[in-house]
Amino acid sequence: MKHDALFVYSPDFLTYKFNAHHPFNQLRVEMTYDLLKALGALSDQQVMKPRQASVEELKLIHHDAYIQAVQKASQGLLSKDEGLNFGLGTEDTPIFPNMHEASAYLVGGTLTAVDLVMSGSTRHAISLGGGLHHGFCGKASGFCIYNDSAVAIKYLQQKYNARVLYIDTDAHHGDGVQVAFYDDPKICTFSIHETGRYLFPGTGTINERGYGNGYGYSFNLPLDAYTEDESFLYTYETAIREIAEFFKPDVILTQNGADAHYHDPLTHLYTTMETYKHIPKIAHELAHKYCNGRWIAVGGGGYDIWRVVPRAWSLIWLEMTGFTLKEDLLPKNWVDKWSKRAQHPLCTTWSDPPNLYKKVPRKKEIEEKNSRTLQNLLFPIRGTERNKNVT
Amino acid sequence: MIVEEIMSRNLITLLPTDKIKQAVVLMNKYHVRHIPVVDKEYTLLGIISDRDIKDAAPSIFAQDREFEEFEKPVHEIMTKNVIVAYPLDFVEEISFTFYENKISCLPIIHKGKLVGIVTKTDILNTLVQLTGAHQPGSQIEVKVPNVAGKLSEVTKLLSDHHLNILSVLVYPYKQDDTYRTIVFRIETLNPTKAIYALVEHGYEVLRPHITDVIR
Repeated sequence: MKHDALFVYSPDFLTYKFNAHHPFNQLRVEMTYDLLKALGALSDQQVMKPRQASVEELKLIHHDAYIQAVQKASQGLLSKDEGLNFGLGTEDTPIFPNMHEASAYLVGGTLTAVDLVMSGSTRHAISLGGGLHHGFCGKASGFCIYNDSAVAIKYLQQKYNARVLYIDTDAHHGDGVQVAFYDDPKICTFSIHETGRYLFPGTGTINERGYGNGYGYSFNLPLDAYTEDESFLYTYETAIREIAEFFKPDVILTQNGADAHYHDPLTHLYTTMETYKHIPKIAHELAHKYCNGRWIAVGGGGYDIWRVVPRAWSLIWLEMTGFTLKEDLLPKNWVDKWSKRAQHPLCTTWSDPPNLYKKVPRKKEIEEKNSRTLQNLLFPIRGTERNKNVT
Repeated sequence: MIVEEIMSRNLITLLPTDKIKQAVVLMNKYHVRHIPVVDKEYTLLGIISDRDIKDAAPSIFAQDREFEEFEKPVHEIMTKNVIVAYPLDFVEEISFTFYENKISCLPIIHKGKLVGIVTKTDILNTLVQLTGAHQPGSQIEVKVPNVAGKLSEVTKLLSDHHLNILSVLVYPYKQDDTYRTIVFRIETLNPTKAIYALVEHGYEVLRPHITDVIR
C-alpha cells in the first residue's frame, strides 16, 4: 500500500462540455483541483491520469446500438430523429463534437480509480469527472451520456468479484444506477435525494426496493424540499449505517453530487457546507469498518460551480487524506484567481456564513415527515427489531 | 383511455360450489381482495371479497376451534348483484362508478362472459401514467386565466425552449374560478429556463416558486 488516497484528474475531463449556457459545467473539476493545489493538500505524486474507457467496457452496461449512436453523433453524423430516440440532441443532452470520446473519458476516469483501489495501490481514490448517474443502458438523460458509475460497478463485479455498496448523495435520484442493478442482490444501491414530486427525474420513492432476486437491495430516501442540514444528516447517517451493516460490502462507491446546497439553482433541499463536511466522513468510516478502506468517490451534479462545488468536493479529498484545515479562510490566491471569472462573489471561507437563508417556517413538520420516511425505509432490514421503540 | 387497455386478464375465479376455505387460500396466494365467482362458461354469478370472508369467520376470540364455517360453499356468502363494466367503457367513467358506489373492484364483461377485472389500484396506476410520473422529468404548475388559448400560449413558450412535454393536466384553480392550474411534466433536469420564460411573460408559476430558482 503506497498511498492513502489518489486523485484521478486530467484537464481533458473538461472536454465533456455541451455548450456555453449548459448548467453542467466541468470547470468545477478544475476549480477543485486548483483549490486543493493552492491549499497544498494535493501533490503531483497523488495525481493519476485517467484513461478512456473502451467500447467493450461501455458495453458492460450500454447497448451496442446506443454506443454506435453516440459515436455517430460525436462525428456529427446522427440525424435529429435518430438522436431523439436515444435521448441525444435534447435540451438536457445536446450533441457536441467528440462527445463519445469525452464521455468515455469520464467513464475511464472512474475505472482508473477502481483499478487503483482494487490493485492495492491506494486505499481510496477519487475521480470527480464521474458520477453521471442518470445515464441509461440505451438512452442519455439528465446531462448524462454514459453512466460511469454503473459501468464501474459492473466492472468491479466482473473483474474483482466484489459486493458493491453504491451511495448516492446527489439531490436528484440516481435512477440510471438503480435500474442497472435492480434485480441484482450482490449490488446494493442507496440514493438520498429531494422528493420527485416536482424535481427531476421524479422517481426514487421509498417503494422502489428492487425486483426479483434484487428485491430489498435498492434503497431510496426521498426528502422534502427545505430539509436543511440537521434533518438531512440525521436521516442520512441513520440510514447508511444500517444499510451498510445489513449489506456488508467489499467496496464502497460514493456519488458526490453537490447540488443539495442552498445556493444550488436546480434544487430546494437547503443544506449548507455542514452537510458536505459530514458526508465524506461517514463514507470514510464505513469504508474502514467494512471494506478494509476500499472507497471510490466520484462527482455528480452541482450547478453552483462558483460558490459550492469546489469547496464541497475538496472536502472529500481532505477527508480521504486526513488533511486538517488550519484556518477557515480559503487560499487567497485561489479566491483572487477565480473571482475574475465568477458570476457570483465567491465564498471566501470553508464554512458558510451563519444565517445564509431566511428561516424555514415549516421546519418541524418537514423533520417529522423525513423521520417517518426514514422509518419506513429501514423497516424491512430492522426485521425482528420492529417492535422496539425506534426513534 | 378505455378499460380494455388497463384491465387485468389473468383471472383468478371460483366456482359457486368451491369452499370458502379455497377463497381464503387464493386471496393469500395472489394478494387479492376480490374473487369473481363464475360457472364453467365464465358467466359471472357473484363476487366474494375479503370482507365477506371476515363476516363469515368466527370471532378472533374463537381461534381454538376449527372453522366449520369455512367448509361452506362460496355461493352462500357471495354478493350476487354485482356492479360490472365493459371493455370499451372509458376509464374516467368507471372511475366515477368506483367513487359513486364506494367499491374497489369491477369485473369486466364481454358477450355475457367475464373477461377481465379492474381494481382501484389499476386506476391509481393509470393516474401515474397520465401524469407522466414514470418517465424522467420535472414538474411545474402554472396558474393561467380561465380563457381560451392559454394552454396554447404556454406550450408555445415551452416549445420555444425545446422542452418536450411528457404530460399535461388542466384543473380548476380552487381559490378563484377565473383561473386554472396547468400541470406540466417536462423532459428536463433543468426547468429554470421554462420558469423564467413563463414569469417573464406574466404567468404565475405556482411550483417550483421563482424565489426558489433565483438565489
